[in-house]
Amino acid sequence: MVSWFQKNLQKLMLVATVMLLATSVNVNAEVVGPTVPKGKGEQCVEPTDVMRKDHMEFMKHQRDETMHNGIRTKKHALKECISCHVQEDDKGQVARFGEDGHFCSSCHNYAGVNIDCFQCHADRPQELIGKGHKIKPHHTADFKDKTVNKEMLQALTKVSK
Amino acid sequence: MKLIRYSSIDGNSTGYWGIMALFAGFILAALGSSYYMEHHGHYVTGMTNQIVWGLPHVFAVFLIVAASGALNIASIASVFNKKAYKPLARLSAVLAIALLAGGLMVLVLDLGRPDRLIIAATIYNFKSIFAWNMILYSGFMGIVGVYIWTMMDNSVGKYNRVAGISAFVWRLLLTTGTGSIFGFLVARQGYDAAIMAPMFVIMSFAFGLAIFLLVLMSLYNGTQRELGDAIVLRLRKLLGVFVAAILYFVAVFHLTNLYATEHHGVEAFILRDGGIFTQLFWAQVVVGGLIPLALIYAPMLQKCRKSLGLASVLVVVGGLIQMYVIIIGGQAYPLELFPGMEVSSSFFDGVVNSYSPTLPELMLGLGGVAVSLIAITLAVKALDLLPVSMADAVADPHHKD
Amino acid sequence: MKIENSTDTSKRKFLGGAALTAGIVIAPGVMLQTVQAKPDDQAVTNKVRWGMLIDTNKCADDCTDCVTACNTEQGLTGHNRPETDVQFIRKVKLKDKNTGHVKTLPVMCQHCETAPCVDVCPTGASFKRKDGIVLVDKHICIGCRYCMMACPYKARSFVHEDVQDQKDHNPRGKGTVESCTMCVHKVDKGENPACVTACNKEHKAMYFGDLNDANSEISKRLKEHGGKQIRADLGLNPGVRYQGV
Repeated sequence: MVSWFQKNLQKLMLVATVMLLATSVNVNAEVVGPTVPKGKGEQCVEPTDVMRKDHMEFMKHQRDETMHNGIRTKKHALKECISCHVQEDDKGQVARFGEDGHFCSSCHNYAGVNIDCFQCHADRPQELIGKGHKIKPHHTADFKDKTVNKEMLQALTKVSK
Repeated sequence: MKLIRYSSIDGNSTGYWGIMALFAGFILAALGSSYYMEHHGHYVTGMTNQIVWGLPHVFAVFLIVAASGALNIASIASVFNKKAYKPLARLSAVLAIALLAGGLMVLVLDLGRPDRLIIAATIYNFKSIFAWNMILYSGFMGIVGVYIWTMMDNSVGKYNRVAGISAFVWRLLLTTGTGSIFGFLVARQGYDAAIMAPMFVIMSFAFGLAIFLLVLMSLYNGTQRELGDAIVLRLRKLLGVFVAAILYFVAVFHLTNLYATEHHGVEAFILRDGGIFTQLFWAQVVVGGLIPLALIYAPMLQKCRKSLGLASVLVVVGGLIQMYVIIIGGQAYPLELFPGMEVSSSFFDGVVNSYSPTLPELMLGLGGVAVSLIAITLAVKALDLLPVSMADAVADPHHKD
Repeated sequence: MKIENSTDTSKRKFLGGAALTAGIVIAPGVMLQTVQAKPDDQAVTNKVRWGMLIDTNKCADDCTDCVTACNTEQGLTGHNRPETDVQFIRKVKLKDKNTGHVKTLPVMCQHCETAPCVDVCPTGASFKRKDGIVLVDKHICIGCRYCMMACPYKARSFVHEDVQDQKDHNPRGKGTVESCTMCVHKVDKGENPACVTACNKEHKAMYFGDLNDANSEISKRLKEHGGKQIRADLGLNPGVRYQGV
């Protein structure tokens, strides 16, 4: 006995595939792709199509120049990229790296390409640190922006006579 | 000496699969531990800014040193032309690769950034002995691989001697490099000694042979193949010589240090005042050196294989202890920044540093051992490594029919 | 390619003369600064060798201003875990076993000329800049901690946990090794390291400058009163010198 499902299997698979593809389309856009938040100002330091392809090259070259030769030009410096591209949204919140609202994550989450820059670099400009919600870092003991203060230092450096 | 036939083991028994399951369990635990340490950061381990290399490194360096030593049996056959050892050359070479793989796994998984292994494999600072070691370790795998090929494939058999000599020289360089990791450290009182490199070479002889003996006897017992007395006696005497040599090097190292007043602090620490480190040092000498010698050379025990097995186990235990004293003891003793002064600070200057190993570190180290053992257990099933019989009639060149 | 014509050259001569005059007027003020700012697009050279001088006679026993300043400047957060928390600079208390004399001094990365940490790093992440500052390139640090084994001054720390909200001039992250950078981000702008600035507020025990320049304050002080290096016997020629030990 052939079931309705078996008879219409091909048609069902076609419908399922179309439905799956439809989920990846942005509601607002005409093309498939990530929603990239807008940065400060009108234009990046390089044209968009150049940046899209070569941003890692610019950054890697700049980081070696800065680290080893002390060249601190601003054009391709990561700090400057972040200062324009990571901004508050209309609600006054700043997205954290890993969330789709963060400039770098918007594309990198979509493309599934892992980056480790923000394990060491701050993911937002210095003046925006403290705005928006915190990410609780993995299992560090009660973080709470604790800096080593004078009293703690004196307690630690006090040596027995 | 008759023609030697090699065959793989069946590997179908409950015992075989049981042991494989045990090793697999340890490996899973090691992978879990490594993930735990990497995810949270090293603050979950006992390693600190004072003791930067801990239990994982003890296991890793031990396995790497033992790996180069395990190749000795094959080298004695190919380089020094001792026919009696030739049948065991295949097992010896494959065991060497297995031990090295286990040691390297532990070393890599303990890195702060193991995801950057590609960088370590492609960007080299050639002034660093560590960088040279990376090349030596991977090269060892390749060269010994070729060496095994010449042993097992008749068409390239004529290159066996050249391959054997190359492998032997490479393995000496490797162990010298491993010892120099510590020998080149001018900063610490417990290191900074040229003798560390040859001492590590001698240690590799004993550790490698002890592990080889244990693996050999277990395999032949487990598969009910015959292992003749002649070959066991040869290996026994060899182990005795190597253990005695380690004791000699340790004695020379410490006696030389004792001669220099500058080193009296660290020597007093290791030999007398270091608490756990002193206990471990003397344990290494007695349990890892003197007792095995007694077991090996006692006249009434010459035919007793259990005593040889026990001696081998004690050599392995003594070896791990020796690594612990060298690696961790060397870091526990404070740096001498201001000789003649009592020093204290918030950064643990001037004090003996303490180290409490944690479970994840231990499981990672044991996982490395499990990787080596699972590799050799799989290899003897997949390849024709073991002579069908090592009975005296077959394997002893001097056997009188 | 532009071709100069005569009207352009006279304009240039005027502007050049004006600039020269302005320069002569301004230059003395610039010279009064301890160090010269480097233009952003200019690479560092070995014409300069940055060093520090610590006068331990002026270093107060109970003062930790340099340590506090460094921790604040570099964004070094503590977790109440002294054994694994990072310390770039620390106050060390010395008691002479023979005389009983006690003094304290700050110890940080000594920025050696032939640094053991640079020698042993397998990837070259630990490196010395041409102007003498020893740094860790954390992009290629694999966290093997061999440099920590090799350093005679225990200057290096390993980052044992996740970090966030780093200072943008001192990126730091879990699994890499770090140490005092001699505030290279300030030095390149022509400023003193944070510890020196903080010490200058009260006890004025720390100096920073160009060891290659015989006219710099640090060189003049070294010439007049001498200066010792910690563990000078190792022959590493550190850039940090001490007086009074």
